[in-house]
Amino acid sequence: MTAMVKAEGVHKSFGLVEVLKGIDLEVNSGEVFCLIGPSGSGKSTFLRCINHLEKINAGRLYVDGELVGYRQKGDKLYELKDSEVALKRRDIGMVFQRFNLFPHMTAVENVMEAPVQVKSAKRSDAHHRAMELLDRVGLSDKAGNYPSQLSGGQQQRVAIARALAMDPKLMLFDEPTSALDPELVGDVLDVMRDLAESGMTMVVVTHEMGFAREVGDSLVFMDGGVVVESGHPRDVLTDPQHERTKSFLSKVL
Amino acid sequence: MTDNLDKSPADTPPSGPTLSKTSVPAGGPEAIKAIPVRHYGRWASAVIVVALLVALGYAFSQGNIQWHTVGDQLFESSVVKGAGRTLLISVLAMIVGVLLGILLAVMRLSKNPVTSSVAWLYIWFFRGTPVYVQLLLWFNLALIFPVLNLGPIYKNEMTDVMTPFMCALLGLGLNEAAYMAEICRAGLLAVDEGQTEAAHALGMSHAKTLRRIVIPQAMRVIVPPTGNEFINMLKTSSLVYAVTYNELLRSTSAIGSTSYAVMEMLFVASIWYLAMTSVFSVFQYYLERYYARGSSRSLPPTVFEKIKANLFSKGSPRGAV
Repeated sequence: MTAMVKAEGVHKSFGLVEVLKGIDLEVNSGEVFCLIGPSGSGKSTFLRCINHLEKINAGRLYVDGELVGYRQKGDKLYELKDSEVALKRRDIGMVFQRFNLFPHMTAVENVMEAPVQVKSAKRSDAHHRAMELLDRVGLSDKAGNYPSQLSGGQQQRVAIARALAMDPKLMLFDEPTSALDPELVGDVLDVMRDLAESGMTMVVVTHEMGFAREVGDSLVFMDGGVVVESGHPRDVLTDPQHERTKSFLSKVL
Repeated sequence: MTDNLDKSPADTPPSGPTLSKTSVPAGGPEAIKAIPVRHYGRWASAVIVVALLVALGYAFSQGNIQWHTVGDQLFESSVVKGAGRTLLISVLAMIVGVLLGILLAVMRLSKNPVTSSVAWLYIWFFRGTPVYVQLLLWFNLALIFPVLNLGPIYKNEMTDVMTPFMCALLGLGLNEAAYMAEICRAGLLAVDEGQTEAAHALGMSHAKTLRRIVIPQAMRVIVPPTGNEFINMLKTSSLVYAVTYNELLRSTSAIGSTSYAVMEMLFVASIWYLAMTSVFSVFQYYLERYYARGSSRSLPPTVFEKIKANLFSKGSPRGAV
């Protein structure tokens, strides 16, 4: 198996605050990789580093074998141009905690936007594909609705369809169900479960331990900017080795 | 079900007990039938205001005003032409203001310290000096630069370049740009950062993100104050009188001073200004409605829809939704 994401000693600081203090991990192709940990542990920041929404300060981060945000020539690093960064982001879908749907566009327009604008897809083709994706997330009847007319769970499913429209090889989920009513969480997790079964590589920052246990292939517990414990979700969640993991899990389970 | 409730007059004061309009399920507690509070203060204030209006009307009817002159001169060709020029200079100055304003807003928000401080300096100067002074500065530019020399591209006498029209356009347009820059900047900043992130995460470039995602949402914040600015511009354009541009005020005053109907011609000018600002207010309403799409669950009704709704709802109980 090849590593889809590979982190080697990744550091990230915001001003004087060091948020990531050396992260080493590997996400294999086709696996569902769950990141858990208390808030402020740096898990969302690490996720945002993967598609270069945040610049790392030290270490190396690779996606599909290529360095994120830089080009290496000899022993020198060259920063990538904005257009080159954008080109790489096409292959990485991202789903946000707050959905971030475009409020001035209908659901189907949200899904069509990137294929039409970024990949210069024909509008009719993009529309056809967008309708397929909305059908896949169970929202084909809401295609003409604006985000403000949808529930949180529906918005998040549209956001997943929007990310899938770019045919990414990697999907990043940043606490996708944290802003949802408990009742609506299930629909979003079902969509993510389907996606996992289809073989998509997924990195999921989540507080849904049930989802992590059922669907996850690997799990990492982060705290204070470092990886405290990692392994198969079943093992880590049922039999944590580290004191910090034990106390965290005893509070959330 | 609501029979006994609808007996109260339909136009009860809004702050009175409106319980009479809510329906009570059959078999529930008896509906409240209370005697509404009497608002004597409202009656008194209405009487005073009406009395003052009557007094004002009477004063005007007794004044030495040649009302027929107002009617005769309203559509006089030089007046209509003047109104046309007012509209023309306002629209053109507004276009200059909006385009330059967007540029200045983007400059101010850019990470380049040179462009952002130049934009700041521009706004500081053009917002900090009166537009009237700026108009006169353009008008008298030939005093310090007799010749406009742009190297091999263009060379001409300054007095030939700075026609009244150019003075008016530059004076109003460059001043407006300073205000529009601040309005546009506020609009761009009002768009949630998550929108930019989502667009970037989808692989959209900076320019596309700005054009497709940020600006359309910023417009919702930008359009209402811009409409205000345009209405202001229609009126401020009367100041270009000073640079001898023949707009509405100048053309009406010209007639006024030769025919000794000064006040009457000022009334004519006022009627034209009011007409133009009113027409634009309606246009602005529809523009705002367009940019509100998606931001609220249903669009606010247009004026015609409101009238239609009121006509058809007549006779049906208003409490029923």
